[in-house]
Amino acid sequence: MADRVYQRIVASRLRGRLAYPTSFVLDVLGQAIGQMIELIVILVLFTTVSSLGGFRPDEVMLIYGMASIAFGLAHVTAGQVEQLPEYIRTGEFDVMLLRPLNTLAQVLTADVELRRLGRLLVGACVMAWAVGHVDVEWTPLHVLIAVLAPIFGALILGSIWVATNAISFWLVDAREFANAFTYGSNFSTAYPITMFGPWLRGFMCFAVPSAFVAYFPTLALLDRPDPLGLPEALRYASPLAAAAAILVAGLIWRSGIRHYQGTGS
Amino acid sequence: MSAPYPQLVRAGFRRYASYRQAAFAGLTANVVFGFLRAAVLVAVLAQQGTVAGYDIPTAVTYVWLGQGLLSVVQLWPELEFSKRIRSGDVVIDLGRPWDLTAAMLATDLGRAGHAMVVRFIPPMLLGIVFFPFRWPQRPVTWLLFLVSIVLAVVVSFTIRFMLSATAFWMLDAHGVLSVWGAVSGIVVGLIVPLAWFPQWAQAVLAWTPFPAIMQSPIDVFTERGDVVALLGHAAIWSVLLFAACKLMLRAGAKKLVVQGG
Repeated sequence: MADRVYQRIVASRLRGRLAYPTSFVLDVLGQAIGQMIELIVILVLFTTVSSLGGFRPDEVMLIYGMASIAFGLAHVTAGQVEQLPEYIRTGEFDVMLLRPLNTLAQVLTADVELRRLGRLLVGACVMAWAVGHVDVEWTPLHVLIAVLAPIFGALILGSIWVATNAISFWLVDAREFANAFTYGSNFSTAYPITMFGPWLRGFMCFAVPSAFVAYFPTLALLDRPDPLGLPEALRYASPLAAAAAILVAGLIWRSGIRHYQGTGS
Repeated sequence: MSAPYPQLVRAGFRRYASYRQAAFAGLTANVVFGFLRAAVLVAVLAQQGTVAGYDIPTAVTYVWLGQGLLSVVQLWPELEFSKRIRSGDVVIDLGRPWDLTAAMLATDLGRAGHAMVVRFIPPMLLGIVFFPFRWPQRPVTWLLFLVSIVLAVVVSFTIRFMLSATAFWMLDAHGVLSVWGAVSGIVVGLIVPLAWFPQWAQAVLAWTPFPAIMQSPIDVFTERGDVVALLGHAAIWSVLLFAACKLMLRAGAKKLVVQGG
């Protein structure tokens, strides 16, 4: 029953979005260019150095591609949560609380911004290029990792979207706070974590588990030892990281709802 | 009757002073991105020594100045003006005894002044404490830096103004805004120093107003390049673009139809 409801909601949102094709195409383009900014940065950096954090250009492209697909997926499915401050301010969230449906699911399906697929598109192109150039032996395990990593990555990044935007239940207009972590992860996951200092690295491995989005899976694909000497099991641990991220995000969302008192108007 | 512009500057300052939590949230974003950007540039320079005249302190100073200036110059337009155009409320603004473009610029300068205190200084302090920092060698640089920031705000304002004013002609300016939102960080020199770009890209960008928004104030502070040329470039574009804004507004106002009586 509930599944049918969401199917219908999503389908109607999609039809609405596609009603203005020109604006839609420009929007997709804008998102794709937005995603390519970091690619341009990486390419500019490679004009001055031959490796970043000990990784060759094709290897960094693999990380970037994988991370961008994951971010694109997370952005399409969970990105709508960034409108939460708006829903709270206008009182729309109070309406959602009254409906017999899950609040998070309602927020996420309040609009489906397909334009965000522009980011995924860029990621897919770069990853396709990288797969053709990197030195990877395509065993069944490696194929499986290459396919699943962006999905688990999307789950991790989606959890970051939900967890950080839920701060809006406590703070007014905290959207930029969440941006630091959501778009910040889009940025940090595109690079080998070896480029960052120990503090940032620790933060990215354990506090915000963005290192599991692309860096560790890439190590598994390349079959190379971790330059930082971290345990080998970590490179296969993305599903666990995703599960933990979902759990934490769910808990934060729930306590946010419990704390929520409305805007009072 | 005295011109309302000084009061508008003060009003702009006070208006933004009331959003404290939003300022804190934005500050968090600046700081996180500052740490990440600085880490990437430092990692490159640790291998390479200097790139295009940037050593580690200069690059770090570049990053923190950029993060601090981001909300001072404000790259992305607020939707308020384009909404007022679409709803027709802009007619009220046009009818007031002021020059609308100048009035909006005055308010924006007030906003920028507030951002200097709340959004520029804190990330700079962090950068100074946690990273090697490059201070200006000559005292006069501080003054020139302030001038370059004012010009940067003017140039950025005119671009935001014109983007919003496209609403006079287009029903949905969303697409234009999202393309600008995507490329602006690169072309103003926020994300990578423009001097790191290939020669041809630098040559192209030198003919645009974009570097005046971010790269020029940073260059003035880090004492790179010819100050007179940097400020001259920004000043010329400020004047040209401000005139363009007024022309655009006049053309747009002709399109307006007021109903009722």
